[in-house]
Amino acid sequence: MATTSSEGPSSIPLQIDSVVKRFGEVTAVDGISLEVPERACLGLLGPNGAGKSTLIRSIVGRVRPDSGSVRVFGRPADSPAARKELGWVPQELALYPLLTGRENLDAFGRYQGLRGKTLRDAIEWCLEWAALADRADSIVKTLSGGMRRRLNMAAGMIHRPRIVLLDEPTVGVDPQSRNRIFEMVEALRDDGTTIIYTTHYMEEAERLCDRIAIVDHGRVIALGSKEELVTQSFGTRSDVLMRLDSEAHDAAAWTASRGGTLQDGVAHFPVDRPSEIASLLEAAARDGLNVIDLVLRRPNLESVFLQLTGRDLRQ
Amino acid sequence: MIATIVRNGFRALRRDRGAWILSFILPVAFFSIFAFVFAGMGGNSTPRVNVLVVDEDRSASSERLVRGLRQEGSLVATTRPEVKTGEPTPPEYTAATAVAAVKSGTAPVALIIPAGFGANPISFTPVTGRKAIRLLHDSSNPVAAQMVAGLLQKVVMTSMSDSMADLGMRYFAQASGGLTPQQRQKVDSSLAQMRDYTARRDQQSNPPAAAGDNNASGLVAVEMHDVVGENKRSPMIAFYAAGIGVMFLLFTASAAGGTLLDEAESGALDRILSARVSMTTLLAGKMTYSMLLACSQLTLMFLWGAAVFHLDLFTHLPGFIVMTVATSFAVASFGMLLASVSHTRAQQAAVATLIILTMSAIGGSMFPRFLMPEAMKKVGLLTFNAWAIDGYTKVFWRDEPVSHLAPQVAVLLGSGVVIFLIARRFARRWESV
Repeated sequence: MATTSSEGPSSIPLQIDSVVKRFGEVTAVDGISLEVPERACLGLLGPNGAGKSTLIRSIVGRVRPDSGSVRVFGRPADSPAARKELGWVPQELALYPLLTGRENLDAFGRYQGLRGKTLRDAIEWCLEWAALADRADSIVKTLSGGMRRRLNMAAGMIHRPRIVLLDEPTVGVDPQSRNRIFEMVEALRDDGTTIIYTTHYMEEAERLCDRIAIVDHGRVIALGSKEELVTQSFGTRSDVLMRLDSEAHDAAAWTASRGGTLQDGVAHFPVDRPSEIASLLEAAARDGLNVIDLVLRRPNLESVFLQLTGRDLRQ
Repeated sequence: MIATIVRNGFRALRRDRGAWILSFILPVAFFSIFAFVFAGMGGNSTPRVNVLVVDEDRSASSERLVRGLRQEGSLVATTRPEVKTGEPTPPEYTAATAVAAVKSGTAPVALIIPAGFGANPISFTPVTGRKAIRLLHDSSNPVAAQMVAGLLQKVVMTSMSDSMADLGMRYFAQASGGLTPQQRQKVDSSLAQMRDYTARRDQQSNPPAAAGDNNASGLVAVEMHDVVGENKRSPMIAFYAAGIGVMFLLFTASAAGGTLLDEAESGALDRILSARVSMTTLLAGKMTYSMLLACSQLTLMFLWGAAVFHLDLFTHLPGFIVMTVATSFAVASFGMLLASVSHTRAQQAAVATLIILTMSAIGGSMFPRFLMPEAMKKVGLLTFNAWAIDGYTKVFWRDEPVSHLAPQVAVLLGSGVVIFLIARRFARRWESV
């Protein structure tokens, strides 16, 4: 995803070029450049305050970058042509609480310039997509938290944009509703919509996104598929987690002598190939250690973030 | 435990600017406004009543009466319209122009001293055929007519004391069988001295002290004529409908404008502005909604007035529509401005309450402006309330044509446009940061 620049229409849905945004002394976005291809689902993964939402708001024109540019299909992000292509689902429940779901969709559809049958069809599609058809005429404030979240997403999709920006759409929802939201996102992805999905839950990024940008302190510190990110940080290395019966022996000393660490009775050994497990088991048997349990684990995005920043993703 | 609760309460109050305003600023502001209106801030600013005087008699008595009226401290008596710089002196009021002036609200009262008044200006008893002074008044200001009627009797006593003495002597002569020539000579001499004293006193610049109590003993005959509301069944209904209506309109407009802050806080504003809606379009939409709501409110208010209080709405429909549209436009812009300068809904509500109640107090929604001191009347013109009430009064009370609403409509629409532009300027903070 290299930086590019173009002045006219383009087939590239989103080009972010060296965007910087400061709020006083704080640099929220510090020179981010990204290019998102068509039909991609890009995850922006980072802790709270990393700059994800500011970047999203720059894309939808709600934040004016101090420098750099954002182009949507080659058009400036704040141009009418770009806005037509963008759908934004903000983190907040940006709805009219005293209107019904259908009325909300009608209002936001009209704000997007939809009228008549096009609007009616769009509302029906949104209600079906969000599984809210049976509650379409309920006043928003009477809906459950999960339903409101789904309606919030539907309101951002009413004009069927080619790019949708989902800013932490699962904040504060129960697991069942979260799954429903995942299904909605997957349906969009399967439909060919280009998605930018911000989250600080690595499970969500792993499940939904084909590419992930890890954002910290306003910068993209790593970019790629999950496998690419893990490989960039850890190579082919995996972790062997070996639970030992350490009553009779000095398990800590034995683990250290084999290049591992012992935490809560579990020995962690980095391995490059699964075949190394056999030699570890042999050594344990030879030294009289009783192995109770053994797991081979590939590093995940959490591990990548920890490796890159020295901090936990949810700190 | 109680101390903790109390301490927490004060801590929260200290940080809540809106609560501060409502708790401490608003009461003091209101107290000050009403103290100023009723007590004149400790100064001698009792409201003076404008009186137009038409002297059809042109006798010595009537001229003395006119001079006395001019020198009466509680009245502003004029015999001709104000001379404008660079223009010729306008002619004196006639009976017809005085009637027109009262009807148009130029003055609440006019006095017409009829020809023949000087022949028999005063009487201690009712006399048939005596020429009565005509007091033309606008009953939307009932206080002014009563005040002038009372002061007229006082002025007669002070400015026409020689006539009173002369009359007294004539009564005495009738009752006693007549004066001797010597007595008659002495009385005539005394009356001449009295006339001389009165004339000299009239030359002095200092007017007599303002009336303390009205003596309506009927020394001069007075005929009261209600020239504006004589055929109206409910003289003050239009005034109250407009006054109360505008005050609540301001509250409604404030609440309608406040939805902008609700949307800003919920994030809906961001979403709307990220769609194909500009800030100007959004503000214009909000203002149109607010204006339509205000029109509906005023229409309901006046329909209710027509149904229950016999307000003559339907024969004044064009003027009502013009004033309602202009007033609604102005108050809607006010709602937009309040929302755009406020940072939170709570702040907006507090500021709105303060401003609306203040505007309503000095603008005549709570207390008629014609009863206020002159300075307050002028300050009141800085409010929508005053212009709206004046306009509705012209329509419903004075039966003036729509074209006469031009000043009120111009001020309301003009200020509405200016305020909207200011609101738009402040609303830039909601655009991209």
